[in-house]
Amino acid sequence: MDYTKLLSSKACGIQPSGIRKFFDLLDGRKDVVALTVGQPDFKTPWHIREAGIDSLTKGKTYYTANSGMMSLRNEISEYLNRRFSLSYNAEKEIIVTVGGSEAIDIAVRAMVDVGDEVIIPTPSFVCYEPIVSLAGGVPVIMETKREDDFKINAETLKSLITNKTKLLILPFPNNPTGAVLDRENLEEIASVLRDTNIAVLSDEIYAELTYDHVHESIASIEGMRERTVIASGFSKAYAMTGWRMGYCVAPAPITEQMYKIHQYAIMCAPTVSQYASVEALKNGDADIEMMKREYNRRRKYIISGLRNIGIDCFEAKGAFYVFPKIGDFGMSSDEFCERLLNENGVAIVPGTAFGKGGEGFARISYAYSVNHIAEALERIEEFIKDKR
Amino acid sequence: MKELLELLENEGNLNHEQLASMLDTTPEIVRKEIAEYESEGIILGYKTLIDWDKAGKEYVSAFIELKVSPQIDEGFDAIAARIYEYPEVKSVYLMSSAKYDLLLNIEGRTFRDVAYFVSYKLAPLENIVSTATHFVLKKYKDKGTVFGNESRDERENII
Repeated sequence: MDYTKLLSSKACGIQPSGIRKFFDLLDGRKDVVALTVGQPDFKTPWHIREAGIDSLTKGKTYYTANSGMMSLRNEISEYLNRRFSLSYNAEKEIIVTVGGSEAIDIAVRAMVDVGDEVIIPTPSFVCYEPIVSLAGGVPVIMETKREDDFKINAETLKSLITNKTKLLILPFPNNPTGAVLDRENLEEIASVLRDTNIAVLSDEIYAELTYDHVHESIASIEGMRERTVIASGFSKAYAMTGWRMGYCVAPAPITEQMYKIHQYAIMCAPTVSQYASVEALKNGDADIEMMKREYNRRRKYIISGLRNIGIDCFEAKGAFYVFPKIGDFGMSSDEFCERLLNENGVAIVPGTAFGKGGEGFARISYAYSVNHIAEALERIEEFIKDKR
Repeated sequence: MKELLELLENEGNLNHEQLASMLDTTPEIVRKEIAEYESEGIILGYKTLIDWDKAGKEYVSAFIELKVSPQIDEGFDAIAARIYEYPEVKSVYLMSSAKYDLLLNIEGRTFRDVAYFVSYKLAPLENIVSTATHFVLKKYKDKGTVFGNESRDERENII
């Protein structure tokens, strides 16, 4: 069989995930203190799990409506209004998806034509580029910089816009940098986009996890709602990664097109997860606060810990990552992380796994216990001792 | 600084530096606050949660319901004090139940130790009307912690 002839050139053209490559080095190693995981260490709150169990006990095992149960869409609509002052019609503007990932995928596929340019910030989560490429779009990489606190620089954005630009991806709070956008920055972005036909895909999966900062969606800025798709979900806010529950909200004309793709590719999100999610939205606000308080303590601890051992660490205000600068040790990010792993048994992810804007940095997840973080910090200190 | 107390209650092994960075303050202030809480009797002690079943220790735990007749001027306090002074009594609560007034948790090395304590120490006390002893068969959860579960990180690295 000649597989080169069998397989699509688009699929073959996609690069394997850089994080994955690094994780392969970790396989089977028991002595390693890892700070690599991109998901909460909390279990899903029990009342939410119980709602899932209850739905199974009652035999709620059928498909739901394609867009998700109406009761869940109503709760999502109510939740977005309660927490972020956003207003979306449950019937026409909300689709329940299999994780935030599917929301991103169908949004891109609904909007991007062959040859369309999509502006993607780097460093960023790894899925945007391949999804855009698969849709036939052209990824245009926009660097965010440490000196801008990894926010979007409006001038840079403007300079990248051409008559082929279709979409801006806006992943904030950001994985891996932990950067957030404040209202001022959102206004600047809006003023660049307002008089264009460019849409925004705002990936707000970490919206609930911000510290000393209140998340605002770009959709709440004047003139932006009509061009914005918000992709979000339950994974990070409610510690529900394994349930695979997300959603996208957008004006009806965009939702209509996303709906068809979702309908044919996915049918509907898992029913058991939808029941659990209704409970999360109804009675889970306190859980979010509890987890957030805990993340915030660890965040402060790890930032001060890194700074104390002499590593420059930007004040990350969102998600559960910090993005310290490790470029001062005469090594590339890849080399630093690989040697730290091999010599002192600590695993952190090289910034380059998140695009070329990540060179000189590394992503450290603090979704771990304080004792675990403390052990890692000691080992990192030992590693850098004689390397300046 | 309620948050400091909350942290100490749940993660008692954090050191002053760690507590300080989590609370945006200095180790000196943490040290001072803790000393104050101790002298005010707000922090009463530091203990470690141990799964003695797993450690292989032989022991017996029981809950005892005590019906007592309260005394004039002293209510239940005097009788409670006579009971909580025994080291084998681990906790004493005054309850709102119609059936009994005091609830104790006691621990002994053997079943006979507990039986002896109830028969010869508790029951003969003045003002004790009746006792009911419930032996613990298995401890599932205590002080907010589930026993017997190993805390292994089951999260997979993904993407």
